[in-house]
Amino acid sequence: MDDLVVVSMTVNGRAVRRAVSPRQSLADFLRQDLGLTGTHLGCEHGVCGACTIVVDGRIQRGCLSFAAQMEGHTVETIEGATASGRLAALQTAFRERNALQCGFCTPGILLTAAEFLADNPRPIRDAIRTALSGNVCRCTGYHAIVDAVASAAEALS
Amino acid sequence: MKPRPFKLIRVDSAEGASEALARHGEEARILAGGQSLVPMMNFRVAAPAVLVDINACTGLGGITRTGDIIRLGALTRHRETATSTLVADALPLLAMAMPHVGHLAICNRGTFGGSLAHADPAAELPACALLLDGSVVIGSLRGERRVAAADFFRGLYTTAIEPDELLLAVEFQARRPNAVFAFHELARRHGDFALAGIAASAIRVGEMLGDIAFVGFGIADRPVLLPSVARLAAGALPRLPQIAALKEALAADVEILPDNQQSPAMKAHIVAELILDALGQLSRKGTA
Repeated sequence: MDDLVVVSMTVNGRAVRRAVSPRQSLADFLRQDLGLTGTHLGCEHGVCGACTIVVDGRIQRGCLSFAAQMEGHTVETIEGATASGRLAALQTAFRERNALQCGFCTPGILLTAAEFLADNPRPIRDAIRTALSGNVCRCTGYHAIVDAVASAAEALS
Repeated sequence: MKPRPFKLIRVDSAEGASEALARHGEEARILAGGQSLVPMMNFRVAAPAVLVDINACTGLGGITRTGDIIRLGALTRHRETATSTLVADALPLLAMAMPHVGHLAICNRGTFGGSLAHADPAAELPACALLLDGSVVIGSLRGERRVAAADFFRGLYTTAIEPDELLLAVEFQARRPNAVFAFHELARRHGDFALAGIAASAIRVGEMLGDIAFVGFGIADRPVLLPSVARLAAGALPRLPQIAALKEALAADVEILPDNQQSPAMKAHIVAELILDALGQLSRKGTA
């Protein structure tokens, strides 16, 4: 058994203090210790994007950081981002365009698309595809997802 | 897909990191962005007993200019390099390469120093560092030293960094007047590692190109300068060299290694085409 490390962070606006194993990924910590199961683990090596979460305002892979590294940091998951309402336009567009089937990749795609649209409010289609290239979807073939992000961009502008 | 247990040492200064490395030696690895090291740990290709987390270190990040020297701190995130106006003005090759480096979420976390220290032969930034003749600043309790990029990359995932040393920063000369650059790679998907790539530079005066240099990456165990290719290209100007001649020059410069997707012949062909693209870009007016 490895030595536990005490770590304090803010998760979805709430202060959290826990003793964690150094080897526990941030994504596993959010799911197992905090019950925030909207963060999904697909490949666990940074390729699929299902574990995308927001740290200090920027998206990153939840599987490539350790919970013990988050001392003093601010973490936002799909649950927090949804409750804040900041994803509402994207979520409406995804629903209207049927931009998900099984939904496993959707939380990561929504958080990625939200950061992309914040930096690029009027994106061309190719730029949307490039921005989402780090998020794998095995159901949809991506067309509906790109459509939904494009229509959310229009709705927001 | 979970790493082996390890001890995590969180440090807040380069000195603290050096002390931890001096104490733990080869058992320890530096954890910066973790975008390459953590996947390797999750695959258990890497299993360090100790991780020294430098993310909270002050003084290891940031891009600064002193005279003609641009210094990128080890912890400079890819996103910062990609959006820096200083980099865009003084190091246009890096600005050209950055769009090829990783996906958005990876670039928010991955670091310049980490990319060089990891020394993946298919990575973009080691190739740029070699072409720009970067100076890698390395520190330990024994002191600080500088290693030229040409001496820094020693082979597959292998660098000149000793077990007790930490990469602190990389320094580059700001672009010379009339210097032009090109960066081209072929990858199956945006943000993936390149199947092969080319970084190129030259001095352009009017219609004339001089001092042409090429670095190939994703073709050997480290990024490689291609002097025979550069001589051939200079001799052919203002025309482009024939592709067969390019492949011959390439063979004189480097023994191309296969990977799990491409044969050496396929890689040679990709690189030859990328060299032609790069030469075209170097010759065109109005390009950086």
